[in-house]
Amino acid sequence: MIGMSKAQDVLFRTLADPTRRAIFERLCREGEKTVVALTAKAGVSQPVVSKHLGVLKQAGLVRGRHQGRETHYSAQLKALAPLVDWTTQMGSFWETRFDTLEDLLKRMDQ
Amino acid sequence: MSMAGETRSVVVEREFAHSAEKLWRALTQPHLMQEWLMKNDFAPKVGHKFKLTGEWGGVLDCEVLAIEEGKALSYTWDFVHQDPAYNLKSVVTFTLTPTATGTHLRMEQEGFRPDQKQAFGGAHAGWRQFLDKLDGLLAKEG
Repeated sequence: MIGMSKAQDVLFRTLADPTRRAIFERLCREGEKTVVALTAKAGVSQPVVSKHLGVLKQAGLVRGRHQGRETHYSAQLKALAPLVDWTTQMGSFWETRFDTLEDLLKRMDQ
Repeated sequence: MSMAGETRSVVVEREFAHSAEKLWRALTQPHLMQEWLMKNDFAPKVGHKFKLTGEWGGVLDCEVLAIEEGKALSYTWDFVHQDPAYNLKSVVTFTLTPTATGTHLRMEQEGFRPDQKQAFGGAHAGWRQFLDKLDGLLAKEG
């Protein structure tokens, strides 16, 4: 995608998966959670939840805190800054609109 | 993005493999504008006031400032919000330039205040709404 920064690209790809996004949103809404607690409502198995948490961690969206044998995960809202900044947001808005415009122009040929 | 005194601007450019005439129609015919931009009651006439209605329910107040048939189009893009941080007064200008293989389109949006925290609907169009559109976008990218 032209004009999209690498940081944004990583965030987009990370949050594009609906299950992963649901896990992240839940951490945003409800605060710190263990894998077991997250699995209870995720609708997928614990290994799958762990895998998603790993991807979220890599993107800087989630942080793990070890306590005894358990890890407590929390959302890192600061990581969303590249998406929330208005100039980036507006630029991305137009990039997306231009993608749609391109599709429309192709259809107008038919 | 650039900064000049009190205003900032966002520039997005792309080359389309289509004629300027066709691109112009997509930019100025309401039923086509609706397909790629937003619902609207646009008319290609200087001074015409119209609204762009976003999917999130927000409404942008616009007024046609300049038209150069097939070449350039400019209109205001204002969002009125009781919280000054979300108020937005801006001008969008499209410039079309024919190339060997199609048309180059330049969009410049200028007039944001430097302290503008979020544009385009502010609170109603935060990152959540933005992310909702990602699935389709990424699917297209493959």
